[in-house]
Amino acid sequence: METIIIILAGVLVTVATYLLLSKGVLRVILGTAILSHAAHLLLMSMGGLKTGGVPVIGEGDGTYTDALPQALILTSIVISFAVTAFLLVLAYRTHQENKMDLSKIARGLKNE
Amino acid sequence: MISIQLAIMIPFLAAIITPFFYKKLPRIHIGWFVLTVPIVLFISLIRFIPSIAEGKAYINTVQWIPSYGINFTTYVDGLSIIFGLLITGIGSLVILYSIYYLSAKESLHHFYIYLLLFMGAMLGVIFSDNLMVLYVFWELTSISSFLLIAFWYHRKKSRYGAQKALLITFGGGIAMLSSFLMIYIMTDTMSVREIISLIDTNHALFIPALLLLLIGAFTKSAQYPFHIWLPDAMEAPTPVSAYLHSATMVKAGIYLVARFTPVFGSHEVWFWLVSSIGLVTLFWGSFNAVRQIDLKALLAYSTISQLGLIMSLFGIGSIALQLGASENSIIYTQASFAALFHLVNHSTFKGALFMVVGIVDHEVGTRDIRRLGGLMAFMPVSFTIALIGSFSMAGLPPFNGFLSKEMFFEAVVNVSQSDIFSIHVFGLLFPIIAWIASVFTFIYCMIIVFKTFFGPYRPEKLEHEAHEAKVGMLIPPIILAALIIGIFIFPNMLGDYILRPGLASIFPSLSLEGSYEPISIWHGFNPALWMTIGVVVIGIVIFRIQSRRKSLYIPPGKWTFDQLYNSTLEQIELRGFKITSFYMTGSLRDYLVYIFLFLMVSVGGIFLFTDAFTFDMSSNAPITLYESLIVFTMMAAVIAIIFAKSRITAILLNGVLGYSIALLFVLFRAPDLALTQLVVETVTTALFLLCFYFLPEKEKEDTAQKTKSVNVIVSILVGIIFVSVALSVQGGKLFETISAYFENAYELAGAHNIVNAILGDFRAFDTMLEVIVLFIGGIGVYTLIKLKARKEAENIENQ
Repeated sequence: METIIIILAGVLVTVATYLLLSKGVLRVILGTAILSHAAHLLLMSMGGLKTGGVPVIGEGDGTYTDALPQALILTSIVISFAVTAFLLVLAYRTHQENKMDLSKIARGLKNE
Repeated sequence: MISIQLAIMIPFLAAIITPFFYKKLPRIHIGWFVLTVPIVLFISLIRFIPSIAEGKAYINTVQWIPSYGINFTTYVDGLSIIFGLLITGIGSLVILYSIYYLSAKESLHHFYIYLLLFMGAMLGVIFSDNLMVLYVFWELTSISSFLLIAFWYHRKKSRYGAQKALLITFGGGIAMLSSFLMIYIMTDTMSVREIISLIDTNHALFIPALLLLLIGAFTKSAQYPFHIWLPDAMEAPTPVSAYLHSATMVKAGIYLVARFTPVFGSHEVWFWLVSSIGLVTLFWGSFNAVRQIDLKALLAYSTISQLGLIMSLFGIGSIALQLGASENSIIYTQASFAALFHLVNHSTFKGALFMVVGIVDHEVGTRDIRRLGGLMAFMPVSFTIALIGSFSMAGLPPFNGFLSKEMFFEAVVNVSQSDIFSIHVFGLLFPIIAWIASVFTFIYCMIIVFKTFFGPYRPEKLEHEAHEAKVGMLIPPIILAALIIGIFIFPNMLGDYILRPGLASIFPSLSLEGSYEPISIWHGFNPALWMTIGVVVIGIVIFRIQSRRKSLYIPPGKWTFDQLYNSTLEQIELRGFKITSFYMTGSLRDYLVYIFLFLMVSVGGIFLFTDAFTFDMSSNAPITLYESLIVFTMMAAVIAIIFAKSRITAILLNGVLGYSIALLFVLFRAPDLALTQLVVETVTTALFLLCFYFLPEKEKEDTAQKTKSVNVIVSILVGIIFVSVALSVQGGKLFETISAYFENAYELAGAHNIVNAILGDFRAFDTMLEVIVLFIGGIGVYTLIKLKARKEAENIENQ
């Protein structure tokens, strides 16, 4: 199972890298979002999958899956959400003020 | 006797105080205060002479960085006292001269601060025994010289000359520093005195250290081909040219060669480099001096030429170290003695000549020899001084230049008959080059006198009516002229008391008893005298022929070292700009490619190099149908994002990914994660959709096919490296997890939910900071939107 999940994460990373290298600002932000999905899956599979029950005391047979990666992922989800939200508003404001996408901003900087 | 450390520090302290005098006593020319500094130092240095003449040396140490062996150690011996007397003596005269030369309108405090800095640094160079301290003072002379050359900084040529001097002398300084470090590696000491006995001539670093040290000395002393900065440094005020660029700074390289002769001098490479570069410089400088039309440029090239003469004499003198204490070595130590003698002589006559040129420039407003002439009747004193200085430089009796020129000829004739270092192959070249260079020297000396002071007087070409200079301006060159004649009459007073101890510190291993001949004014009809007579006869003939031509100036050709220097600077700037603009494209995509490539090389490369790829799937959990369906869906969704034509499809597919991960979290027994992921994914998708309306309508991907394929290759490689690293790490667990501890959540924290206990209790610090991140994100979003509102409001108000 872990191998499959890691390969899935690898595919996500590949697509995210490809999107990051593209010109459209929305695609770049999508790339970062997908990259964080891949990171979460990686964290999950590193702790070992389905080695026990739900990490709530009193549930199941007394063995629990690793709770530490879950706590880490939870923190990470919130942080990546904050960053994604900020990036989106930034992209929206940049477009509104300058009517430009990323590639044009880059070129504009170079020509000035 | 005052400590030498104090003597070195006095100019620096005076430099600090000078501006206070300038501001508080504006009526008195500030130079009068400054003048006391070199006079006091000169007198206190003179008091060392009797004991040094008896062979004593003074060592004094003040700790600076003792843990690195860097201490402010001073060493006063025969060699350093010669330079110390020159620096303070000529320094006093130059400051006296500058009081009359510079008008009160100039920023005098700057001038004297720089000059005092230079004087202190120069004293530091010659009295330091520690390599690192020597280097520090060495660079200080470069910096203060840079400031002095660009004293009239509003002139473009001054700035150019200062930059050129700085670049070349700093380049040499760096070479010298690396040489010092090599010496330290070889001998494990920073003290110049100790190095002499500890140096190992067979060490692998010996030759590199020797070469780098000579580069430092040659750049400072304007030797071929590093001489190009000196003529451009003539943009400095004349007192600076007289002091720095004839008497002191350019002799720092000479000092270095003399000081390190006992260290490196016994090697063949040292002899050949020092003597041949010196001779080439001697010839090239005198040849170019003849071609100049500006008197100061002429003197600059003549300085280069004379420095070459001194350098070649030190080179010839180094043979004595090879021969050891034998009868034969006398003739070679005599060459070094001649070098020291000419060093002093050159300082006297060149200082006087620069001052006279400054007077001419000051009184008639030009230094162009095509406009000058017939000044003898108007400026009799200046003329006399110029005559004495020039004839001394040309090597005519009864002036001191005659004696040192004779000794020089004797030395080159002697070396041509030497039989070591296979000199006999090229030996004859030594006297020939020296003789030709002396003919040129004779010619440009005649130019200085006859083109300036003889011939027709042309007032229409001059800016001011010619008249004699103020007495104060004439006193310093008169003193120097008196010295020129005085040294000729009593050469052995200088030789016995000052120069001989200097010779002893160049050849500490040789006992010089008996290996020293007193200077004789008349030494019979020997080859050297015939050579001098030849120089005078041929020189007069060529000068007569040449002066028929209106201008002696021959414009420099295309292939000069100045051209090489200029185009090198230009090319460095151009190439640097090209290289930078080649990779700093300003495009985010390019920078990301660099980052990903670096990731591949560093992570992937290290994994490959250490053969760390290990795949172990034995501990894998079993695969069920549900999970494989979800994984399949996600793969399909993520690949579809790439090919999605419209933005909304991409956003929705991203939502599919997020919800699928939430489902996976459910299956992997992580209920809190699943809940959070669901909520967050919903809000994120909503945000995407919100921005969707405002973002550019169609995201045109008009990327070139080549760029596209690079992108594809890069992303696939990143994915492969990610997967292989992750699989290797996952397969090989090093130790058990610490999660068993957190399973005591109820006992320790009173919580049933372990994940929540970790977040809120065990590792609550993370949670707090994560909340702050969210908070900052929220404020950021709010600010971005609000900022616009205010701006629009302002716009409305403005309308």
